[in-house]
Amino acid sequence: MMKRLNRLLGVCICILMLSGTLAHSYDYPFADRYVATVLGTPAEYVYDLPKEVPLKFDTVKMFPERKIPGILWNLDELRYSYLRHKGPAPLIFLVAGTGASFQSAKMKVMQKAFYQAGYHVVSLSSPTHPNFIVAASTSGVPGHLEEDSSDLYQVMQSIWEKLQKKVEVTDFFLTGYSLGAAQSAFIAKLDEEVKVFNFRKVLLINPPVSLYNSVQVLDKMLEENIPGGVNNFNAFYKRLINALTETYAHGDNVEFNDQFLYQAFKYRKPTSDEPFAALIGSDFRISSANMAFVSDVLTKAGYVVPKGVDLRRHDSTEEYARVVTRLSFTDYFKGLFLPYFQAQNPNLTERDLVEMTSLQYIEDYLRTSPKFGLITNEDDLILLPGEVDYLRRLFGSRATIFPSGGHCGNMAYPDNVMAMVGFFQSSNQN
Amino acid sequence: MTTHKNKVLRTTLLAMAMMALLFTSGCSITPQQTVDLGPPLHTAENTLEEGTVYASDIYDPLEGFNRRAYTFNYYFDKFLFLPIVKGYEFIMPDYAEDRVSSFVDNVFEFNNFTNNLLQLKFKQTGVTLARFVVNTTIGVAGLWDPATHWGMERQSEDFGQTLGHYGVGNGPYLVLPIFGPSNLRDTTGLITDTVAFSVAGPPAWVDDDATTMVFTGVSAVDGRHRQAFRYYRSGSPFEYGMMRMLYTSKREIEIAK
Repeated sequence: MMKRLNRLLGVCICILMLSGTLAHSYDYPFADRYVATVLGTPAEYVYDLPKEVPLKFDTVKMFPERKIPGILWNLDELRYSYLRHKGPAPLIFLVAGTGASFQSAKMKVMQKAFYQAGYHVVSLSSPTHPNFIVAASTSGVPGHLEEDSSDLYQVMQSIWEKLQKKVEVTDFFLTGYSLGAAQSAFIAKLDEEVKVFNFRKVLLINPPVSLYNSVQVLDKMLEENIPGGVNNFNAFYKRLINALTETYAHGDNVEFNDQFLYQAFKYRKPTSDEPFAALIGSDFRISSANMAFVSDVLTKAGYVVPKGVDLRRHDSTEEYARVVTRLSFTDYFKGLFLPYFQAQNPNLTERDLVEMTSLQYIEDYLRTSPKFGLITNEDDLILLPGEVDYLRRLFGSRATIFPSGGHCGNMAYPDNVMAMVGFFQSSNQN
Repeated sequence: MTTHKNKVLRTTLLAMAMMALLFTSGCSITPQQTVDLGPPLHTAENTLEEGTVYASDIYDPLEGFNRRAYTFNYYFDKFLFLPIVKGYEFIMPDYAEDRVSSFVDNVFEFNNFTNNLLQLKFKQTGVTLARFVVNTTIGVAGLWDPATHWGMERQSEDFGQTLGHYGVGNGPYLVLPIFGPSNLRDTTGLITDTVAFSVAGPPAWVDDDATTMVFTGVSAVDGRHRQAFRYYRSGSPFEYGMMRMLYTSKREIEIAK
């Protein structure tokens, strides 16, 4: 009797263990969301993608009449890239995240993944990138999801006009990461009315739910994680350089490249998240400073540059750089963005604008349209508590939510690349 | 062939004209006030705290010249240097490109050797010498780099680093036409290395002007081919200042090794 019971128990344990190994485990290397966001996916874990793809670069001029201030002289034409196959294939548009160009590291991963999977690929800079603001933003004041998405839609049409003689397209798809994901959602909605592309499928990768919430999280990340505040940035920077120096001096095989930060991380594991959070905050601050300054110069808003000053090609910008890097995205929202849109429509309140710059604004459409897919992470740090659950409710079975990866850190990880490409390849709509 | 030659000649002339235009257009970098419409919303006075030290604060008294040199380099790259590099990359298979890089690196081990020696880094000097011997013989004139595979890593040092090692400061920041970001110390280093290399290094051993000229050209094209940096590609309106800060930090790190 005891023997049989033991055997039964043994069988049960075996089954349990077996089911454990059979259940899919997600082995992305960083459980810490700050580390994941900064280091991304180290080379040894990256999905196997072609080393080189036949990338072509081109430009479009959206506003040939626009007078460009001297200091922005090199930004007047919108640069983009495309990849094309010889025969007929679906074409996918990729939209970059906040402040990023069409050539950001994440865009390169996406380009290669989709090209390898047989798509024509067109890569676009974010409407918050200086080049886009100057060359393609109607208002010159980025951050308004509906307007920026409409600008992107115009750009896509101009590019398509140039490309259609060269490529044979069977279907149009659309995806973007981070802010580019939120814009993709708005573009899809616009496309339902205008019907130029009739996007068959649209994938949102790590989107913010509310732009305003997310930028506040990112603003705080800089302000709260540099000991002594932003005015002590120099001390923080010097410590970072020292840490990198140590890695470089002691490692025999360390080179300055995209893996340098990861090497430094392995060499001396930081004990807290603070420096990582500060780095994420710094990166975001640089993007928002670039954006705010360019918008200010272009629209003569008198935000950091006096209204009567014309900055020429070789004028020094150091003092403006100091001022504008001290200002947060929230400052931009209140000091340039809000006044601009209130000048257009005096009845508009701050709250209206906050609401308009969120996915909630078009949630009825997002909830019911079968063309959407969502990929995000349980620990995405641009989402407030409850926002992941909101996305889960909104997208239901159309959502793929990974347990870790931070904000876009796992985009090059094999499971993620396969989920991303797989979404478009499954022939039936959800 | 002649049309190609003409094209090169034309672009060279264009580049020279651009340079002349850039540097004669006045070197003021103070913004031009057309009309006084009052101060902006955020000014240095109401935003910055006094006594703050800035990571971006690099001594740059020649900013007017430097910014123009920076733009000149952009045009030089665009109309002359990068088209040549692109042609080179088009003709050469990747594998052959890597052999050229390896060969060029091996010839320049001369500078690593002298500068490691000058810094009294005897182990590194020995490694460099061993690398040169191994790569020149077994690595077939340096086309391959077996030394690295055997654990002898390249010990990069230049005379700018040697000066830095003995406590010489950066001096004013400089953007050199064609060569790019530098400073007075590193420019002195670059000139010294170049002179030492041609007087006592491989060019002197070979003693053939044509060979030296070909090598200089090849090493320049190979160098640009390996350098991913492109002027004005960051899109940042503050790229000049960012590069100034990053160049200075990078050199600090290299000198500390």
